[in-house]
Amino acid sequence: MCDRDSDAIDTLNICKRAWPQPHRLSLAEVRDLVKLVPASDSSLLAVFGDTISPALHERVIALFQALQSGRDPRIRNLHPGYASLLIDFDPLRLTHAELSVSVQQIAHARETVVDTHVGVTTIPVCYDLDLGPDLPDVAQHAGLPPEEIVRQHSAPTYLVYFLGFSPGFVYLGGLPEPLRTPRLATPRPSIAAGSIGIADGQTGIYPVDSPGGWRLIGRTPVRMFDPEATPPTPLQPGDRMRFSPIDRATFDDMQQDLGTRHS
Amino acid sequence: MTIQVVRPGLFTTVQDLGRYGYAHLGISPSGAADPLSFRIANLLVGNDENAPALEMTLLGPTLAFEEDAVVAIAGADCDCQVDMTEAPMNTALDLAPGAVLQCGSITSGARCYLAVQGGFEVPLVMGSASTFAPGHFGGFQGRRLRKGDVLQIGRHGSFPARSLRPGSLDALRAPGRLRVTKGSQHDWFGPDAFEQLFSTAYIVGEKSDRSGLRLQGAAVRPREHSELLTDGVPLGAIQVPPDGRPIIMFVDQQTTGGYPKIANVIAADVHRVGQLRPRHEVRFAEVSIAEAIQALRSQNRWLTEIFVS
Repeated sequence: MCDRDSDAIDTLNICKRAWPQPHRLSLAEVRDLVKLVPASDSSLLAVFGDTISPALHERVIALFQALQSGRDPRIRNLHPGYASLLIDFDPLRLTHAELSVSVQQIAHARETVVDTHVGVTTIPVCYDLDLGPDLPDVAQHAGLPPEEIVRQHSAPTYLVYFLGFSPGFVYLGGLPEPLRTPRLATPRPSIAAGSIGIADGQTGIYPVDSPGGWRLIGRTPVRMFDPEATPPTPLQPGDRMRFSPIDRATFDDMQQDLGTRHS
Repeated sequence: MTIQVVRPGLFTTVQDLGRYGYAHLGISPSGAADPLSFRIANLLVGNDENAPALEMTLLGPTLAFEEDAVVAIAGADCDCQVDMTEAPMNTALDLAPGAVLQCGSITSGARCYLAVQGGFEVPLVMGSASTFAPGHFGGFQGRRLRKGDVLQIGRHGSFPARSLRPGSLDALRAPGRLRVTKGSQHDWFGPDAFEQLFSTAYIVGEKSDRSGLRLQGAAVRPREHSELLTDGVPLGAIQVPPDGRPIIMFVDQQTTGGYPKIANVIAADVHRVGQLRPRHEVRFAEVSIAEAIQALRSQNRWLTEIFVS
Protein backbone atom coordinates (compact mmCIF):
# COMPACT_ATOMS: atom_id res chain seq x y z
CA MET A 1 0.00 0.00 0.00
CA CYS A 2 1.34 3.44 -0.88
CA ASP A 3 1.92 6.09 1.69
CA ARG A 4 -0.62 8.85 1.30
CA ASP A 5 1.70 11.79 1.77
CA SER A 6 4.23 10.61 -0.76
CA ASP A 7 1.34 10.06 -3.21
CA ALA A 8 0.35 13.69 -2.88
CA ILE A 9 3.88 14.87 -3.61
CA ASP A 10 4.04 12.58 -6.60
CA THR A 11 0.88 14.03 -8.03
CA LEU A 12 2.25 17.53 -7.78
CA ASN A 13 5.51 16.54 -9.42
CA ILE A 14 3.65 15.15 -12.37
CA CYS A 15 1.92 18.48 -12.82
CA LYS A 16 5.20 20.35 -12.67
CA ARG A 17 6.76 18.08 -15.23
CA ALA A 18 3.99 18.45 -17.73
CA TRP A 19 3.04 22.03 -17.06
CA PRO A 20 4.71 25.26 -16.02
CA GLN A 21 4.10 26.41 -12.48
CA PRO A 22 0.66 28.08 -12.48
CA HIS A 23 -0.16 31.49 -11.04
CA ARG A 24 -1.81 31.41 -7.68
CA LEU A 25 -5.55 31.91 -8.14
CA SER A 26 -8.17 32.59 -5.52
CA LEU A 27 -10.57 29.80 -4.57
CA ALA A 28 -13.41 31.59 -6.34
CA GLU A 29 -11.42 31.76 -9.57
CA VAL A 30 -10.67 28.05 -9.26
CA ARG A 31 -14.34 27.17 -8.92
CA ASP A 32 -15.21 29.27 -11.94
CA LEU A 33 -12.82 27.34 -14.10
CA VAL A 34 -13.62 23.74 -13.28
CA LYS A 35 -16.21 22.05 -11.09
CA LEU A 36 -15.01 18.79 -9.54
CA VAL A 37 -17.65 16.19 -8.76
CA PRO A 38 -16.87 12.79 -7.19
CA ALA A 39 -18.68 10.54 -9.69
CA SER A 40 -17.98 7.34 -7.73
CA ASP A 41 -15.59 6.08 -5.06
CA SER A 42 -13.03 5.56 -7.85
CA SER A 43 -13.62 8.51 -10.15
CA LEU A 44 -13.73 12.28 -10.35
CA LEU A 45 -15.66 14.26 -12.96
CA ALA A 46 -14.06 17.56 -13.99
CA VAL A 47 -16.81 19.75 -15.48
CA PHE A 48 -15.84 22.84 -17.49
CA GLY A 49 -19.33 23.91 -18.54
CA ASP A 50 -22.63 22.76 -19.93
CA THR A 51 -22.51 23.73 -23.59
CA ILE A 52 -20.91 22.28 -26.70
CA SER A 53 -18.19 24.70 -27.70
CA PRO A 54 -14.65 24.34 -29.05
CA ALA A 55 -13.38 26.77 -26.39
CA LEU A 56 -14.71 24.72 -23.47
CA HIS A 57 -13.60 21.55 -25.15
CA GLU A 58 -10.06 22.88 -25.41
CA ARG A 59 -9.93 22.89 -21.62
CA VAL A 60 -11.14 19.29 -21.52
CA ILE A 61 -8.42 18.25 -23.94
CA ALA A 62 -5.74 20.25 -22.14
CA LEU A 63 -6.53 18.38 -18.92
CA PHE A 64 -6.86 15.07 -20.75
CA GLN A 65 -3.47 15.47 -22.44
CA ALA A 66 -1.74 16.63 -19.27
CA LEU A 67 -3.00 13.64 -17.31
CA GLN A 68 -2.19 11.27 -20.14
CA SER A 69 1.36 12.53 -20.50
CA GLY A 70 1.77 12.35 -16.70
CA ARG A 71 1.46 8.54 -16.93
CA ASP A 72 0.45 8.28 -13.29
CA PRO A 73 -0.09 4.54 -12.73
CA ARG A 74 -2.79 5.33 -10.18
CA ILE A 75 -4.96 6.85 -12.93
CA ARG A 76 -6.61 4.00 -14.84
CA ASN A 77 -8.86 5.58 -17.43
CA LEU A 78 -9.75 8.98 -18.86
CA HIS A 79 -13.17 9.60 -20.44
CA PRO A 80 -13.39 12.99 -22.22
CA GLY A 81 -16.90 14.24 -22.98
CA TYR A 82 -18.20 17.42 -24.67
CA ALA A 83 -17.41 19.66 -21.70
CA SER A 84 -16.04 17.34 -19.02
CA LEU A 85 -13.40 14.75 -18.26
CA LEU A 86 -14.10 11.69 -16.13
CA ILE A 87 -10.95 10.46 -14.37
CA ASP A 88 -11.04 6.87 -13.15
CA PHE A 89 -8.39 6.01 -10.56
CA ASP A 90 -7.31 3.48 -7.96
CA PRO A 91 -8.90 4.82 -4.75
CA LEU A 92 -6.53 2.82 -2.55
CA ARG A 93 -3.54 4.74 -3.89
CA LEU A 94 -4.96 8.16 -4.74
CA THR A 95 -7.68 10.18 -3.02
CA HIS A 96 -10.30 12.47 -4.56
CA ALA A 97 -8.73 15.36 -2.65
CA GLU A 98 -5.21 14.72 -3.97
CA LEU A 99 -6.43 14.33 -7.51
CA SER A 100 -8.55 17.49 -7.21
CA VAL A 101 -5.46 19.51 -6.31
CA SER A 102 -3.63 18.23 -9.41
CA VAL A 103 -6.60 18.87 -11.69
CA GLN A 104 -7.01 22.42 -10.42
CA GLN A 105 -3.33 23.16 -10.98
CA ILE A 106 -3.45 21.80 -14.50
CA ALA A 107 -6.68 23.65 -15.26
CA HIS A 108 -5.13 26.96 -14.20
CA ALA A 109 -1.99 26.48 -16.17
CA ARG A 110 -3.82 25.71 -19.38
CA GLU A 111 -3.91 29.27 -20.78
CA THR A 112 -0.15 29.32 -21.14
CA VAL A 113 0.38 25.87 -22.55
CA VAL A 114 -2.50 24.85 -24.82
CA ASP A 115 -1.00 23.64 -28.06
CA THR A 116 -3.49 24.41 -30.79
CA HIS A 117 -1.00 23.63 -33.50
CA VAL A 118 -2.26 20.19 -34.39
CA GLY A 119 -2.43 18.58 -37.80
CA VAL A 120 -5.61 17.70 -39.65
CA THR A 121 -6.24 14.00 -40.30
CA THR A 122 -7.83 13.26 -43.65
CA ILE A 123 -10.36 10.46 -43.84
CA PRO A 124 -11.07 9.45 -47.47
CA VAL A 125 -14.72 8.86 -48.30
CA CYS A 126 -16.42 7.38 -51.33
CA TYR A 127 -19.87 8.99 -51.65
CA ASP A 128 -21.20 6.47 -54.22
CA LEU A 129 -24.85 5.61 -53.89
CA ASP A 130 -24.43 1.94 -52.94
CA LEU A 131 -22.07 2.94 -50.10
CA GLY A 132 -24.17 5.92 -49.03
CA PRO A 133 -27.75 4.94 -49.85
CA ASP A 134 -29.33 7.84 -47.92
CA LEU A 135 -27.49 10.58 -49.82
CA PRO A 136 -30.59 11.32 -51.97
CA ASP A 137 -32.74 11.66 -48.81
CA VAL A 138 -30.26 14.05 -47.23
CA ALA A 139 -30.13 16.03 -50.50
CA GLN A 140 -33.90 16.18 -50.70
CA HIS A 141 -34.20 17.20 -47.05
CA ALA A 142 -31.67 19.99 -47.61
CA GLY A 143 -33.19 21.01 -50.96
CA LEU A 144 -29.75 20.69 -52.57
CA PRO A 145 -28.31 18.44 -55.28
CA PRO A 146 -26.34 15.40 -54.01
CA GLU A 147 -23.06 16.84 -55.35
CA GLU A 148 -23.57 19.88 -53.15
CA ILE A 149 -24.09 17.64 -50.08
CA VAL A 150 -20.79 15.93 -50.86
CA ARG A 151 -19.06 19.29 -51.33
CA GLN A 152 -20.42 20.68 -48.06
CA HIS A 153 -19.74 17.50 -46.08
CA SER A 154 -16.12 17.38 -47.22
CA ALA A 155 -15.49 21.14 -46.87
CA PRO A 156 -15.13 21.79 -43.11
CA THR A 157 -12.43 20.84 -40.65
CA TYR A 158 -14.25 18.87 -37.97
CA LEU A 159 -13.30 18.69 -34.31
CA VAL A 160 -13.13 15.26 -32.66
CA TYR A 161 -14.88 16.06 -29.38
CA PHE A 162 -14.43 12.57 -27.97
CA LEU A 163 -14.79 8.86 -28.69
CA GLY A 164 -17.52 6.86 -27.01
CA PHE A 165 -20.65 4.78 -27.56
CA SER A 166 -18.51 1.96 -28.97
CA PRO A 167 -14.76 1.44 -29.58
CA GLY A 168 -13.51 4.00 -32.09
CA PHE A 169 -16.80 5.88 -32.48
CA VAL A 170 -15.99 9.60 -32.93
CA TYR A 171 -18.25 12.46 -31.88
CA LEU A 172 -17.52 15.18 -34.44
CA GLY A 173 -18.42 18.85 -34.29
CA GLY A 174 -18.78 21.09 -37.31
CA LEU A 175 -21.42 19.61 -39.60
CA PRO A 176 -22.72 22.37 -41.91
CA GLU A 177 -26.25 23.35 -40.85
CA PRO A 178 -27.97 22.55 -44.22
CA LEU A 179 -26.90 18.90 -43.89
CA ARG A 180 -28.79 18.42 -40.63
CA THR A 181 -31.18 15.47 -41.22
CA PRO A 182 -33.22 13.40 -38.75
CA ARG A 183 -32.34 9.76 -38.10
CA LEU A 184 -34.12 6.94 -39.93
CA ALA A 185 -37.45 6.07 -38.38
CA THR A 186 -36.43 2.41 -38.40
CA PRO A 187 -32.75 1.63 -37.76
CA ARG A 188 -30.98 -0.73 -40.16
CA PRO A 189 -30.17 -4.13 -38.63
CA SER A 190 -26.69 -4.08 -40.11
CA ILE A 191 -24.37 -1.31 -41.27
CA ALA A 192 -20.91 -1.92 -42.74
CA ALA A 193 -17.84 -0.70 -40.85
CA GLY A 194 -16.59 2.61 -42.25
CA SER A 195 -20.06 3.90 -43.14
CA ILE A 196 -20.40 7.67 -42.77
CA GLY A 197 -23.73 8.85 -41.41
CA ILE A 198 -25.69 11.92 -40.42
CA ALA A 199 -28.03 12.05 -37.42
CA ASP A 200 -29.61 15.43 -36.74
CA GLY A 201 -26.72 17.87 -36.37
CA GLN A 202 -24.05 15.19 -36.05
CA THR A 203 -21.94 13.30 -38.53
CA GLY A 204 -19.98 10.18 -37.65
CA ILE A 205 -18.38 6.97 -38.83
CA TYR A 206 -19.46 3.46 -37.87
CA PRO A 207 -16.18 1.88 -36.67
CA VAL A 208 -17.41 -1.73 -36.81
CA ASP A 209 -20.33 -3.54 -38.43
CA SER A 210 -23.36 -2.76 -36.28
CA PRO A 211 -27.05 -1.89 -36.38
CA GLY A 212 -27.89 1.81 -36.50
CA GLY A 213 -30.25 4.58 -37.51
CA TRP A 214 -27.98 7.21 -39.00
CA ARG A 215 -28.53 8.37 -42.60
CA LEU A 216 -25.68 6.86 -44.60
CA ILE A 217 -24.02 9.11 -47.17
CA GLY A 218 -20.73 7.34 -47.91
CA ARG A 219 -18.07 4.98 -46.67
CA THR A 220 -14.36 5.16 -45.82
CA PRO A 221 -11.95 2.30 -46.53
CA VAL A 222 -9.93 3.35 -43.45
CA ARG A 223 -10.35 1.10 -40.42
CA MET A 224 -11.65 3.38 -37.68
CA PHE A 225 -11.05 0.71 -35.06
CA ASP A 226 -8.46 -2.04 -35.19
CA PRO A 227 -7.79 -3.70 -31.81
CA GLU A 228 -4.43 -5.03 -33.07
CA ALA A 229 -3.15 -1.65 -34.29
CA THR A 230 -1.17 0.90 -32.26
CA PRO A 231 -2.98 3.16 -31.71
CA PRO A 232 -6.21 1.20 -32.28
CA THR A 233 -7.99 4.24 -33.76
CA PRO A 234 -6.77 6.75 -36.37
CA LEU A 235 -8.46 9.62 -34.48
CA GLN A 236 -7.94 10.75 -30.89
CA PRO A 237 -9.98 13.13 -28.73
CA GLY A 238 -9.09 16.72 -29.66
CA ASP A 239 -7.94 15.88 -33.20
CA ARG A 240 -9.01 17.91 -36.21
CA MET A 241 -10.19 15.94 -39.25
CA ARG A 242 -11.54 16.37 -42.77
CA PHE A 243 -13.43 14.10 -45.14
CA SER A 244 -11.85 13.87 -48.55
CA PRO A 245 -13.92 12.53 -51.48
CA ILE A 246 -12.43 9.59 -53.40
CA ASP A 247 -13.76 7.72 -56.42
CA ARG A 248 -14.83 4.11 -56.43
CA ALA A 249 -11.60 2.77 -57.93
CA THR A 250 -9.54 4.43 -55.19
CA PHE A 251 -11.95 3.13 -52.53
CA ASP A 252 -11.67 -0.43 -53.87
CA ASP A 253 -7.87 -0.21 -54.08
CA MET A 254 -7.53 1.15 -50.57
CA GLN A 255 -9.93 -1.37 -49.14
CA GLN A 256 -8.04 -4.20 -50.79
CA ASP A 257 -4.72 -2.82 -49.51
CA LEU A 258 -5.98 -2.43 -45.98
CA GLY A 259 -7.71 -5.80 -46.13
CA THR A 260 -4.49 -7.54 -47.12
CA ARG A 261 -2.52 -5.74 -44.47
CA HIS A 262 -4.91 -6.74 -41.74
CA SER A 263 -5.66 -10.29 -42.76
CA MET B 1 -0.95 -28.42 -22.55
CA THR B 2 -4.33 -28.17 -24.19
CA ILE B 3 -7.94 -28.23 -23.10
CA GLN B 4 -10.73 -29.27 -25.48
CA VAL B 5 -14.09 -27.57 -25.25
CA VAL B 6 -16.54 -30.49 -25.33
CA ARG B 7 -19.56 -28.31 -24.52
CA PRO B 8 -19.18 -24.53 -24.34
CA GLY B 9 -21.84 -23.68 -21.75
CA LEU B 10 -24.13 -20.70 -22.22
CA PHE B 11 -21.67 -17.81 -22.33
CA THR B 12 -18.13 -18.79 -21.39
CA THR B 13 -15.36 -16.24 -21.99
CA VAL B 14 -11.72 -15.69 -21.06
CA GLN B 15 -11.37 -12.71 -18.73
CA ASP B 16 -8.82 -11.03 -16.50
CA LEU B 17 -9.26 -8.04 -14.20
CA GLY B 18 -9.86 -5.66 -17.09
CA ARG B 19 -8.43 -3.54 -19.87
CA TYR B 20 -7.49 -0.09 -18.62
CA GLY B 21 -6.08 2.97 -20.35
CA TYR B 22 -8.27 3.00 -23.46
CA ALA B 23 -11.55 4.54 -22.31
CA HIS B 24 -10.73 7.70 -24.31
CA LEU B 25 -10.99 5.55 -27.46
CA GLY B 26 -14.40 4.22 -26.42
CA ILE B 27 -13.04 0.98 -24.99
CA SER B 28 -14.62 -0.26 -21.76
CA PRO B 29 -12.63 -2.20 -19.15
CA SER B 30 -14.47 -5.53 -19.60
CA GLY B 31 -12.86 -8.09 -17.26
CA ALA B 32 -14.42 -10.42 -14.70
CA ALA B 33 -17.99 -9.43 -13.79
CA ASP B 34 -17.35 -10.79 -10.28
CA PRO B 35 -13.72 -9.81 -9.76
CA LEU B 36 -13.66 -11.14 -6.20
CA SER B 37 -14.56 -14.73 -7.17
CA PHE B 38 -12.19 -14.43 -10.11
CA ARG B 39 -9.32 -13.53 -7.78
CA ILE B 40 -10.23 -16.32 -5.34
CA ALA B 41 -10.17 -18.91 -8.15
CA ASN B 42 -6.73 -17.74 -9.30
CA LEU B 43 -5.29 -17.56 -5.78
CA LEU B 44 -6.51 -21.11 -5.04
CA VAL B 45 -4.40 -22.56 -7.85
CA GLY B 46 -1.43 -20.34 -6.98
CA ASN B 47 -1.73 -17.94 -9.90
CA ASP B 48 -1.24 -14.23 -10.00
CA GLU B 49 -4.73 -12.87 -9.25
CA ASN B 50 -4.95 -11.28 -12.72
CA ALA B 51 -4.14 -14.50 -14.65
CA PRO B 52 -6.58 -15.17 -17.52
CA ALA B 53 -9.41 -17.49 -16.37
CA LEU B 54 -12.79 -18.59 -17.68
CA GLU B 55 -15.96 -16.76 -16.73
CA MET B 56 -19.02 -18.98 -17.06
CA THR B 57 -22.54 -17.68 -17.06
CA LEU B 58 -25.68 -19.56 -15.88
CA LEU B 59 -24.52 -22.85 -17.45
CA GLY B 60 -20.91 -23.98 -17.31
CA PRO B 61 -18.84 -25.80 -19.97
CA THR B 62 -17.53 -29.34 -20.24
CA LEU B 63 -13.77 -29.43 -20.76
CA ALA B 64 -11.40 -32.30 -21.53
CA PHE B 65 -7.84 -31.93 -20.19
CA GLU B 66 -5.14 -33.51 -22.32
CA GLU B 67 -2.55 -33.48 -19.56
CA ASP B 68 -2.61 -33.17 -15.79
CA ALA B 69 -3.65 -29.78 -14.47
CA VAL B 70 -4.60 -28.00 -11.27
CA VAL B 71 -7.89 -26.11 -11.47
CA ALA B 72 -10.27 -24.31 -9.11
CA ILE B 73 -13.84 -23.08 -9.49
CA ALA B 74 -15.13 -20.15 -7.46
CA GLY B 75 -18.19 -17.95 -7.57
CA ALA B 76 -21.87 -18.83 -7.54
CA ASP B 77 -22.86 -22.44 -6.76
CA CYS B 78 -22.32 -24.76 -9.69
CA ASP B 79 -22.70 -28.54 -9.89
CA CYS B 80 -19.28 -29.67 -11.03
CA GLN B 81 -18.06 -33.16 -11.78
CA VAL B 82 -14.67 -34.56 -12.64
CA ASP B 83 -15.04 -37.82 -14.58
CA MET B 84 -18.65 -38.08 -13.41
CA THR B 85 -17.74 -37.72 -9.73
CA GLU B 86 -18.90 -34.67 -7.83
CA ALA B 87 -16.09 -32.14 -7.40
CA PRO B 88 -16.01 -29.43 -4.73
CA MET B 89 -15.88 -25.72 -5.52
CA ASN B 90 -13.41 -23.30 -3.91
CA THR B 91 -10.80 -26.04 -3.79
CA ALA B 92 -7.73 -26.69 -5.91
CA LEU B 93 -8.44 -29.89 -7.84
CA ASP B 94 -5.70 -32.12 -9.26
CA LEU B 95 -6.81 -33.40 -12.64
CA ALA B 96 -5.24 -36.47 -14.21
CA PRO B 97 -4.40 -36.55 -17.93
CA GLY B 98 -7.59 -37.12 -19.90
CA ALA B 99 -9.84 -35.86 -17.12
CA VAL B 100 -13.19 -34.40 -18.11
CA LEU B 101 -14.49 -31.49 -16.03
CA GLN B 102 -18.20 -30.93 -16.36
CA CYS B 103 -19.67 -27.71 -14.99
CA GLY B 104 -23.45 -27.74 -14.85
CA SER B 105 -26.08 -25.16 -13.98
CA ILE B 106 -25.08 -22.20 -11.90
CA THR B 107 -27.71 -21.98 -9.23
CA SER B 108 -27.17 -19.35 -6.53
CA GLY B 109 -25.99 -16.44 -8.67
CA ALA B 110 -25.06 -15.76 -12.28
CA ARG B 111 -21.38 -16.57 -12.75
CA CYS B 112 -18.48 -18.66 -11.66
CA TYR B 113 -14.82 -18.78 -12.59
CA LEU B 114 -12.52 -21.59 -13.59
CA ALA B 115 -8.85 -20.90 -13.01
CA VAL B 116 -6.13 -23.27 -14.14
CA GLN B 117 -2.64 -23.25 -12.67
CA GLY B 118 -0.56 -21.30 -15.19
CA GLY B 119 -3.58 -19.39 -16.52
CA PHE B 120 -5.18 -19.63 -19.95
CA GLU B 121 -2.88 -18.57 -22.74
CA VAL B 122 -4.43 -15.98 -25.06
CA PRO B 123 -2.86 -13.06 -26.91
CA LEU B 124 -3.10 -9.81 -24.97
CA VAL B 125 -5.11 -7.15 -26.78
CA MET B 126 -4.35 -3.64 -25.55
CA GLY B 127 -2.60 -5.19 -22.58
CA SER B 128 -5.46 -7.41 -21.43
CA ALA B 129 -6.74 -10.98 -21.88
CA SER B 130 -10.36 -9.90 -21.33
CA THR B 131 -12.97 -10.72 -23.94
CA PHE B 132 -15.08 -7.82 -25.20
CA ALA B 133 -17.63 -9.90 -27.09
CA PRO B 134 -19.67 -6.95 -28.50
CA GLY B 135 -16.50 -5.65 -30.21
CA HIS B 136 -15.19 -9.10 -31.17
CA PHE B 137 -11.77 -8.70 -29.59
CA GLY B 138 -9.75 -9.95 -26.62
CA GLY B 139 -9.84 -13.29 -24.85
CA PHE B 140 -10.22 -16.35 -27.07
CA GLN B 141 -10.66 -14.98 -30.59
CA GLY B 142 -12.83 -12.14 -29.31
CA ARG B 143 -15.82 -14.35 -28.55
CA ARG B 144 -17.51 -16.83 -26.23
CA LEU B 145 -16.23 -20.40 -26.37
CA ARG B 146 -17.67 -22.84 -28.88
CA LYS B 147 -17.71 -26.59 -29.05
CA GLY B 148 -14.41 -27.87 -30.42
CA ASP B 149 -12.27 -24.88 -29.35
CA VAL B 150 -8.85 -25.81 -28.03
CA LEU B 151 -7.49 -23.73 -25.14
CA GLN B 152 -3.84 -23.52 -24.13
CA ILE B 153 -2.53 -23.40 -20.58
CA GLY B 154 0.04 -20.67 -19.94
CA ARG B 155 2.69 -19.96 -17.35
CA HIS B 156 1.24 -17.28 -15.11
CA GLY B 157 2.58 -17.52 -11.55
CA SER B 158 4.32 -20.45 -9.96
CA PHE B 159 3.11 -20.64 -6.41
CA PRO B 160 1.74 -23.85 -4.95
CA ALA B 161 -2.01 -24.29 -4.76
CA ARG B 162 -3.63 -23.00 -1.60
CA SER B 163 -6.75 -23.71 0.39
CA LEU B 164 -9.40 -21.60 2.05
CA ARG B 165 -10.18 -21.52 5.74
CA PRO B 166 -13.46 -23.40 6.33
CA GLY B 167 -16.50 -21.15 6.18
CA SER B 168 -14.51 -18.16 5.01
CA LEU B 169 -16.76 -17.48 2.02
CA ASP B 170 -19.96 -17.39 4.10
CA ALA B 171 -19.55 -13.62 4.28
CA LEU B 172 -20.11 -13.41 0.52
CA ARG B 173 -23.50 -15.07 0.87
CA ALA B 174 -24.91 -12.65 3.39
CA PRO B 175 -27.87 -10.90 1.75
CA GLY B 176 -27.74 -7.15 1.78
CA ARG B 177 -28.31 -4.00 -0.13
CA LEU B 178 -26.02 -2.88 -2.91
CA ARG B 179 -24.09 0.03 -1.53
CA VAL B 180 -23.92 3.18 -3.65
CA THR B 181 -22.39 6.62 -3.45
CA LYS B 182 -23.89 9.73 -5.05
CA GLY B 183 -23.55 9.84 -8.85
CA SER B 184 -22.24 12.52 -11.19
CA GLN B 185 -25.67 14.17 -11.63
CA HIS B 186 -27.08 13.43 -8.18
CA ASP B 187 -28.03 17.11 -7.87
CA TRP B 188 -30.50 16.68 -10.77
CA PHE B 189 -32.61 14.56 -8.44
CA GLY B 190 -34.66 15.70 -5.46
CA PRO B 191 -35.25 13.94 -2.12
CA ASP B 192 -38.28 12.12 -3.55
CA ALA B 193 -36.16 10.48 -6.26
CA PHE B 194 -33.61 9.24 -3.71
CA GLU B 195 -36.44 8.11 -1.45
CA GLN B 196 -37.79 6.10 -4.39
CA LEU B 197 -34.37 4.66 -5.26
CA PHE B 198 -33.70 3.52 -1.70
CA SER B 199 -37.17 2.22 -0.85
CA THR B 200 -37.81 0.18 -4.01
CA ALA B 201 -37.06 -3.51 -4.41
CA TYR B 202 -35.95 -3.47 -8.05
CA ILE B 203 -36.08 -6.56 -10.21
CA VAL B 204 -33.26 -7.30 -12.66
CA GLY B 205 -34.75 -7.28 -16.16
CA GLU B 206 -34.29 -9.95 -18.81
CA LYS B 207 -32.35 -7.61 -21.10
CA SER B 208 -29.41 -7.48 -18.71
CA ASP B 209 -25.88 -8.50 -19.56
CA ARG B 210 -22.28 -7.52 -19.03
CA SER B 211 -22.88 -4.08 -20.52
CA GLY B 212 -25.66 -3.17 -18.14
CA LEU B 213 -28.43 -4.36 -15.85
CA ARG B 214 -31.86 -2.93 -16.57
CA LEU B 215 -33.98 -2.66 -13.45
CA GLN B 216 -37.74 -2.87 -13.21
CA GLY B 217 -39.59 -1.10 -10.45
CA ALA B 218 -40.64 2.36 -9.37
CA ALA B 219 -39.52 5.07 -11.78
CA VAL B 220 -37.00 7.62 -10.58
CA ARG B 221 -37.37 11.09 -12.06
CA PRO B 222 -35.12 14.13 -12.11
CA ARG B 223 -36.51 17.41 -10.76
CA GLU B 224 -37.02 18.64 -14.30
CA HIS B 225 -36.34 17.23 -17.71
CA SER B 226 -33.13 18.55 -19.16
CA GLU B 227 -30.69 17.25 -21.73
CA LEU B 228 -27.36 16.06 -20.41
CA LEU B 229 -24.28 16.72 -22.50
CA THR B 230 -22.74 13.30 -23.11
CA ASP B 231 -20.10 12.64 -20.46
CA GLY B 232 -17.97 9.81 -19.09
CA VAL B 233 -19.64 6.85 -17.38
CA PRO B 234 -17.92 5.24 -14.39
CA LEU B 235 -18.17 1.49 -13.77
CA GLY B 236 -21.31 0.79 -11.75
CA ALA B 237 -23.01 4.09 -12.58
CA ILE B 238 -26.78 4.04 -12.07
CA GLN B 239 -28.13 5.84 -15.12
CA VAL B 240 -31.67 7.08 -15.32
CA PRO B 241 -33.11 7.14 -18.86
CA PRO B 242 -36.29 9.09 -19.65
CA ASP B 243 -38.56 6.18 -18.60
CA GLY B 244 -37.12 6.45 -15.07
CA ARG B 245 -36.07 2.78 -14.85
CA PRO B 246 -32.48 2.71 -13.57
CA ILE B 247 -29.72 0.92 -15.46
CA ILE B 248 -26.55 -0.25 -13.69
CA MET B 249 -23.72 0.31 -16.17
CA PHE B 250 -21.45 -2.70 -16.06
CA VAL B 251 -18.04 -4.00 -17.22
CA ASP B 252 -18.78 -4.00 -20.98
CA GLN B 253 -20.53 -0.63 -20.73
CA GLN B 254 -20.37 2.34 -23.06
CA THR B 255 -17.59 4.67 -21.92
CA THR B 256 -19.77 7.76 -22.38
CA GLY B 257 -23.48 8.31 -21.98
CA GLY B 258 -26.17 10.93 -22.17
CA TYR B 259 -28.42 9.99 -19.25
CA PRO B 260 -28.07 11.49 -15.78
CA LYS B 261 -26.37 9.28 -13.20
CA ILE B 262 -28.06 9.41 -9.83
CA ALA B 263 -25.76 7.05 -7.92
CA ASN B 264 -22.87 4.65 -8.36
CA VAL B 265 -22.30 1.15 -7.00
CA ILE B 266 -19.22 1.12 -4.76
CA ALA B 267 -16.12 -0.73 -5.99
CA ALA B 268 -16.35 -3.23 -3.13
CA ASP B 269 -19.84 -4.30 -4.30
CA VAL B 270 -19.14 -4.66 -8.03
CA HIS B 271 -18.69 -8.41 -7.48
CA ARG B 272 -22.26 -8.61 -6.21
CA VAL B 273 -23.58 -6.97 -9.38
CA GLY B 274 -21.77 -9.72 -11.31
CA GLN B 275 -23.85 -12.33 -9.48
CA LEU B 276 -27.23 -10.76 -10.24
CA ARG B 277 -29.33 -12.59 -12.78
CA PRO B 278 -32.64 -11.70 -14.40
CA ARG B 279 -35.54 -11.68 -11.89
CA HIS B 280 -33.22 -11.23 -8.90
CA GLU B 281 -34.22 -8.49 -6.48
CA VAL B 282 -31.93 -5.50 -5.84
CA ARG B 283 -32.14 -2.88 -3.13
CA PHE B 284 -29.80 0.06 -2.75
CA ALA B 285 -28.37 1.84 0.27
CA GLU B 286 -26.27 4.99 0.31
CA VAL B 287 -22.83 5.18 1.88
CA SER B 288 -20.23 7.94 1.90
CA ILE B 289 -17.15 7.80 -0.31
CA ALA B 290 -15.00 7.34 2.81
CA GLU B 291 -17.11 4.34 3.81
CA ALA B 292 -16.89 2.95 0.27
CA ILE B 293 -13.10 3.15 0.24
CA GLN B 294 -12.94 1.63 3.71
CA ALA B 295 -15.08 -1.26 2.46
CA LEU B 296 -12.69 -1.80 -0.44
CA ARG B 297 -9.68 -1.83 1.91
CA SER B 298 -11.42 -4.30 4.22
CA GLN B 299 -12.30 -6.52 1.29
CA ASN B 300 -8.70 -6.64 0.10
CA ARG B 301 -7.50 -7.42 3.62
CA TRP B 302 -10.17 -10.13 3.93
CA LEU B 303 -8.92 -11.69 0.70
CA THR B 304 -5.44 -12.10 2.20
CA GLU B 305 -6.83 -13.60 5.40
CA ILE B 306 -9.12 -16.31 4.05
CA PHE B 307 -6.34 -18.57 2.76
CA VAL B 308 -4.60 -21.12 4.96
CA SER B 309 -1.01 -19.96 5.00
